[in-house]
Amino acid sequence: MEIQIIQPARDDTREHLVVIGNGMAGCRAVEELIARDPTRYRVTIFGAEPHVNYNRIMLSPVLAGEKTFDQIVINDHAWYATNMIDLVVSDPVQAIDRTAKTVTARSGLTVAYDRLLIATGSDPFIIPVPGKDLPGVISFRDMADVDHMLAAAEAGKTTGGGSAVVIGGGLLGLEAAHGLTLRGMKVTVIHLMPTLMERQLDEAAGWLLKSALESRGQVILTEANTAEIVGDTRVEGVRLKDGTLIPASLVVMAVGIRPSVALARDAGLEIGRGIKVDDHMVTSDPSILAVGECVEHDGNVYGLVAPLWDMCRALADGLTDSHSGYRGSVTSTKLKVAGLDVFSAGDFSGGAGAEDIVLRDASRGIYKRVVVKDDRIVGAVLYGDTTDGGWYFDLLKRGEDIAPIRDMLIFGQSFASGGGQADPKAAVAALSDDAEICGCNGVTKGAVFTCIDGGAHSLDAVRAGCKASASCGSCTGLVETLLALRLGDEVEAGPKTICKCTSFGHDDVRREIVAQGMRSIPEVMQKLHWSTPDGCSSCRPALNYYLLCALPGEYKDDQQSRFVNERMHANIQKDGTYSVVPRMWGGLTNPRELRAIADVVEKYDAPMVKVTGGQRLDIFGIKKEDLPAVWADLNAAGMVSGHAYGKSLRTVKTCVGSDWCRFGTQDSTGLGVKVEQMTWGSWMPHKFKIAVSGCPRNCAEATIKDFGVVCVDSGYELSVGGNGGIKVRATDFLCKVATEEEAMHYCAAFIQLYREQARYLERTAPWIERVGVEYIRERIVDDAPLRDALAARFRYSQTFMQDDPWAARAAGENREQHAPMARFTPIDGTREMA
Amino acid sequence: MTGEWLDIGWVDEIPVRGSRTVQVTGGDDIAIFRTGDGKVFALADRCPHKGGRLSQGIVHGGAVACPLHNWRIALATGEALGEDKGCTPVIPVKVSGGRVLICRAGTMAAAA
Ligand code: SRM
Ligand SMILES: Cc1cc2nc3c(=O)[nH]c(=O)nc-3n(C[C@H](O)[C@H](O)[C@H](O)COP(=O)(O)OP(=O)(O)OC[C@H]3O[C@@H](n4cnc5c(N)ncnc54)[C@H](O)[C@@H]3O)c2cc1C
Ligand code: SF4
Ligand code: FES
Repeated sequence: MEIQIIQPARDDTREHLVVIGNGMAGCRAVEELIARDPTRYRVTIFGAEPHVNYNRIMLSPVLAGEKTFDQIVINDHAWYATNMIDLVVSDPVQAIDRTAKTVTARSGLTVAYDRLLIATGSDPFIIPVPGKDLPGVISFRDMADVDHMLAAAEAGKTTGGGSAVVIGGGLLGLEAAHGLTLRGMKVTVIHLMPTLMERQLDEAAGWLLKSALESRGQVILTEANTAEIVGDTRVEGVRLKDGTLIPASLVVMAVGIRPSVALARDAGLEIGRGIKVDDHMVTSDPSILAVGECVEHDGNVYGLVAPLWDMCRALADGLTDSHSGYRGSVTSTKLKVAGLDVFSAGDFSGGAGAEDIVLRDASRGIYKRVVVKDDRIVGAVLYGDTTDGGWYFDLLKRGEDIAPIRDMLIFGQSFASGGGQADPKAAVAALSDDAEICGCNGVTKGAVFTCIDGGAHSLDAVRAGCKASASCGSCTGLVETLLALRLGDEVEAGPKTICKCTSFGHDDVRREIVAQGMRSIPEVMQKLHWSTPDGCSSCRPALNYYLLCALPGEYKDDQQSRFVNERMHANIQKDGTYSVVPRMWGGLTNPRELRAIADVVEKYDAPMVKVTGGQRLDIFGIKKEDLPAVWADLNAAGMVSGHAYGKSLRTVKTCVGSDWCRFGTQDSTGLGVKVEQMTWGSWMPHKFKIAVSGCPRNCAEATIKDFGVVCVDSGYELSVGGNGGIKVRATDFLCKVATEEEAMHYCAAFIQLYREQARYLERTAPWIERVGVEYIRERIVDDAPLRDALAARFRYSQTFMQDDPWAARAAGENREQHAPMARFTPIDGTREMA
Repeated sequence: MTGEWLDIGWVDEIPVRGSRTVQVTGGDDIAIFRTGDGKVFALADRCPHKGGRLSQGIVHGGAVACPLHNWRIALATGEALGEDKGCTPVIPVKVSGGRVLICRAGTMAAAA
């Protein structure tokens, strides 16, 4: 497009306002100015792009084919003409001379100003990886980028569908990915963080979004780190740090934006993260103003349009001498992807005094979370149903006291403002008998009442009786109200729920994980209506275990859902140091192991080493930072983690047995070692201990272990459910078998039954007291096919469990858990990065 | 290199729903937390109950559960939640351009 040269009218003596940037903020500022005083300033606008002023946020619908460029123009040529604005396009300003008060553009055109307005927006951030400059690597910022993407999609069609990689799973990246998918490209989104749009959404909403996009055919890789962009003369693919290569003819970088400040910095204006402005959008030079994404106001920079509108109002007020002042903005975000409703606003990080109100409706794919503090809304995240986003945002901005509508807040505006009944109990009472209570199982109010009248006096009994609230639980509140209406005080409390985050107990959750094929913690929380955004320290470890048990080899363990000892693979002590217990198979050791332990004790200055009650050695007082080195030394002598810290197989205690002891009947030591080699590494609901004694004198105390073997002349007596500790319990006799192989087979089957059925943190003793030893015998002793199946499942799961976690750590895995981020010496102020 | 704010590293170096520490010579470590929704907080790495290392606890919502006896501490204020009473010092922290910055004065106070 040709460059328009300005011929300043010689007789125009009005003050000259020159605007750099023909984008959203620059033009809006001029609009606001004209609305206040159309004649006061002569206006010239410089634009780097070849276009008139268009609505940048609508580039996404243009890419998706929902709008044309003409439909997103905000101000056409006629607007500039009518208001006598000189527009210079395709000619970026390259220098500002503050002394002469002129600006010079790339073409050499120099224009004098009385007032200058900088509205240069932002520059897309390009991650500094090899290949970033290859043709075919673009950002998503202006119409030219959209044209590039459309051309790539078009080219892809002739070769049978092109592939695109979008780097960045934030708002821009996802909108680009959506548009490209609609244009027929195969799209992979690479996102560094574990959840999409992590700055706007919490984990629960991010998970829902990811599942929805995946079901539309996009490949979403989270926690994926780009190593390089490959290609000879143009882009051919993207390689990740883990080595994966994703072929692509187009790469869109949408990892963030930086305020465009180069021009202002060269001119010597004060710059922070953006061009610094006061409340009237004036920079450090009183004749120069700045507005839009390029500015920093009161420490904040913005990347959304709503703040621009506020800034432009304050700016125009200032230019027309009616100073109002800008006070900063609270922002909200909506994702513009058809059919996906996502909204977020304010601060949803919780913190002291903040309370979450969460509503989940799995059958309709809805998640709503409103964060309330001191009876005011401070943040909101909505997924699936965003109709009330505006209402919450309005309450938030106005700081409205929500105490009077608190109980109904989460149900939305129409409900809270009287569309529903003011008293939820009365509203439920008023429902007709055929009103549906439970959507999942189609249970009516009448059916629930019949069930209650038939003797179901607790939530659990109703769930068992008529299935209401048994699947996703979103109607639990309704069912509880029905119970209260029918029975008053006679409602019986059900068995305990896992924790306060859910209305379900352990057994229900375990059953539903398997029945619904759930695969991740956020999925369980969504499908079972957790009332908190990311659970608590009681439910998260339980869910992590249940998923791990249900999906051997597939589920990715969540480190942050593990208690510190299991995360650090050592036992935390009261002073913050750790104790380290290497495995000594069946209590046997040798000079090499003993020497290695002695060396570690000396090398790392361990203050104490002790023989444990589990027949091995415990090294105390190891610093968190030294753990990987300690493990490397122990590994070198052939020792692995003893899991003295885990809800897992601990020790297999043995006695000397037939090899030496004058009473020994079988090789108890040898069997103990074999059993430990079969079972080590397995995660369990609680800790699990085994012992093998060589005769009924029982020196290994096998009858107070979770699984005990007592050798006798004719074979092996197996018993289960013993416990030392707080409440001593002797084992129950299970059966007697003839061979070592059988003893091990029964042991494997029993462990798997326990792993699959006990509640998290329930040891075998209380579990067996709850279900009865007969129940165990029927399954392990009487039902051979079930016994075989259980043992086979255990052995399959063990193929994934038996790697030494210490070896992985010593090799550098999760290094960050051991090293501090930085060190700092306050005296002289020195600091070093770790 | 002294200044109001100390740059201690990239925010991505802190696991989500996890934490890292900053060692302070002559003082308690500082625990830097990152919550499920990406916010960053800093507290003295010392539980008000019996000095447990809060950096080793389970982070959930806006709180951390102490690894020693499971007190829950609010990350924003350092206050013990629920029935428990006590407070651990908060160190001002901010994230700018992906870097985590902690307040120098706060660090000194924590060391004192
Ligand atoms: C080191 C050791 C004591 C010793 O020096 O001998 C020990 C130390 C601890 N025991 Fe133990 N127990 C040790 C053998 C035992 C035994 C004896 C045994 O295994 O034959 C018992 C009774 C037998 C039993 O478990 O049935 C035992 C019953 C407990 C209990 C009570 C369990 C119960 O069901 O009532 C706890 C508390 C718990 O687990 O919740 C416990 C918890 C602990 C913890 C993990 C406490 C804690 O949470 O920090 C201690 C960790 C210390 C550390 O940092 O290493 N420890 N503990 C023993 C390690 C054995 C090993 O080599 O792995
Ligand atoms: C695809 C996309 C979708 C978006 N969706 C949303 C959304 O849904 N909601 C929302 O609130 N925000 C959204 N945004 C952000 C929103 O578009 C920006 O916040 C807004 O455009 C910022 O306005 P601005 O005037 O500061 O910058 P811009 O609109 O970028 O305008 C700056 C202009 O200055 C020009 N320029 C730069 N340097 C010079 C120079 N030296 N000389 C002359 N001209 C120069 C640039 O070419 C540009 O035209 C989206 C952005 C994009 C790219
Ligand atoms: S008996 Fe008590 S004090 Fe001794 S190791 Fe076990 S838990 Fe600790
Ligand atoms: S030291 Fe933290 S709870 Fe006891």
